[in-house]
Amino acid sequence: MTATDTLDPPVAAGEGAAKKTLTEALLYLDGVTVTFDGFRALNALSFTIDPGEMRAIIGPNGAGKTTMMDVITGKTRPDKGDVFFDGGTTDLTKLDETQIATLGIGRKFQKPTVFESHTVLDNLRLALKGQRRALPNIFRRETAAARERIDEIFETIKLTEHRGRLGGALSHGQKQWLEIGMLLAQDPRLLLVDEPVAGMTDAETAQTAELLRAINANGHSVVVVEHDMTFVRDLGVRVMCLHEGSVLAEGTLDQVSANERVIEVYLGR
Amino acid sequence: MSPSDTRPPTLIPTNGLVFLGVLAAVAVLVPLLNLATSPDAAVHVPTYVVSLLGKYLTYALLALSVDLIWGYVGILSLGQGAFFALGGYAMGMYLMRQIGTRGVYGDPMLPDFMVFLNWKELPWFWYGFDLFPFALVMVLLAPGLLALVFGWFAFRSRVTGVYLSIITQAMTFALLLAFFRNDMGFGGNNGLTDFKDILGFNIQSDGTRAVLFFLSALALGLGYVLCRFLVRSHFGKVLIAIRDAETRVRFTGYRAENYKLVAFVVSAMLAGIAGALYVPQVGIINPSEFSPANSIEIIVWVAVGGRGTLVGAALGAVLVNYAKTYFTSGFLAPYWLFMLGGLFVAVTLFLPKGIVGTFYDWREKRRPSPDALGEPLPEPKPAE
Repeated sequence: MTATDTLDPPVAAGEGAAKKTLTEALLYLDGVTVTFDGFRALNALSFTIDPGEMRAIIGPNGAGKTTMMDVITGKTRPDKGDVFFDGGTTDLTKLDETQIATLGIGRKFQKPTVFESHTVLDNLRLALKGQRRALPNIFRRETAAARERIDEIFETIKLTEHRGRLGGALSHGQKQWLEIGMLLAQDPRLLLVDEPVAGMTDAETAQTAELLRAINANGHSVVVVEHDMTFVRDLGVRVMCLHEGSVLAEGTLDQVSANERVIEVYLGR
Repeated sequence: MSPSDTRPPTLIPTNGLVFLGVLAAVAVLVPLLNLATSPDAAVHVPTYVVSLLGKYLTYALLALSVDLIWGYVGILSLGQGAFFALGGYAMGMYLMRQIGTRGVYGDPMLPDFMVFLNWKELPWFWYGFDLFPFALVMVLLAPGLLALVFGWFAFRSRVTGVYLSIITQAMTFALLLAFFRNDMGFGGNNGLTDFKDILGFNIQSDGTRAVLFFLSALALGLGYVLCRFLVRSHFGKVLIAIRDAETRVRFTGYRAENYKLVAFVVSAMLAGIAGALYVPQVGIINPSEFSPANSIEIIVWVAVGGRGTLVGAALGAVLVNYAKTYFTSGFLAPYWLFMLGGLFVAVTLFLPKGIVGTFYDWREKRRPSPDALGEPLPEPKPAE
């Protein structure tokens, strides 16, 4: 897939959109279009994520938020457009899920997906950055460094006392945290987090915001898709509103929520 | 937090020790009671029983091979009988070559069926089968290679669930049709039979049968230890993760298809060994071993015993086959297949985790604090 017309940025880029050049961006999407049976899930979507940035993405159902994550992680191939990672060095549209995960892009699904019949500890062991090939893993021994790293992650996600339980036995909120912990264990450069606080109590939501901020402060870039506006406010980061597969508005939460079009299609009057 | 949860699960858990203990006792006692007691003694085990039990043990190993991929990776192979049969044919070809001039036609090189078909020369793929080590290599290689090629295409194309089951079924059916043909060079409909000896020992003698029985028990024991070693390793944890959430595994950076492929090939080789031990004890290998119904029966054994427990698979194979022997030799014989089908339905409805899985659950309930590091036993999904 060659570069589409980069001289012609999409009109819908919104006010205050600081679109970086290809070489500066950690993640670079340009003119990405995905069509399912005639339905345009993504319509010339363009945006960039800086190294170390955290970005919140909001938007009504069907705006293309999950499809965007599918495109970035290699689950869906775009019909048109460019998706580059790491300052334009890697074309993500040419790679599959496993290769993209290995590059350093981790993803948390909308529905919490942990390995239900493994213990919480084993869930983290499996996710921990390290050997991924089949045959060497038959004879793999756990190193002291790996154990220490796992203990650290347990501290961060506050599941230390649950390490011996089965993943499937955790509460919904705990599963969400475990999945974030698994992402951390992968040590990705970019975390894509799809609705991390769905079904959480207010206290859990606040803790999750804190957790994601801590992760971001540690040097990981984070993209969070979320409907919960309180949570988005807690994150205190740049916000982007998607609508009908492209960017409707971008800026601080106050800027975006004051946008007429955003109020019309998403927030409501 | 108990300190035990950071310890890896033991290689052989308690149920495995019981299993291996019983197996060792059977492996020693059955041949001993056959060879060292007089036929009139009350404790004497007749030779036909030794062979029958030996056959059960090879079936148990076959069931173990299915449990490795079905119970731990979620690959419901309805073609496992093909790997068993290929291992069996490799052994059968060695045994045919051992007949030499003692065949009906007395040809030193060609097995009887080739003389009968008026063949002048041994086909190239029969070369080397006069050598026992070569045959042993082929016992592993033939099923292993088929699994490698088949699995490579199937797993890479992400064929899963019922679709995978259907193509494994098609694979074994295709082989059934191929091996039926006389010009394939494997004895056609009649298969390979009339074996005389193995490594110079008379295949009919009590001593040989006792040794074959012992070897079958040994193979089953070693197969169990190998499977345990695999499933408790990091590799095995990935397998279980694939069974539960394959997409998650891919997004975590593992090549799920490679893990499946390794497990599938190991499983095919175990089935091949089972087939190689089966043939000398039963005395014949023919294309019916490839029949789809055989492969489905193996699934029933594993489901009855308890999927994802290893020990359960072996137990299920022995129990169902004992029932088969018992019921097919009486007036109930015409109804055996109905009973087998009924058994499968009953187990799926009332004992979805099989005998061993249900036993674990019952034990868990009695224990105050559940041991989460035991065997993971999710609800079996019939289509996977």
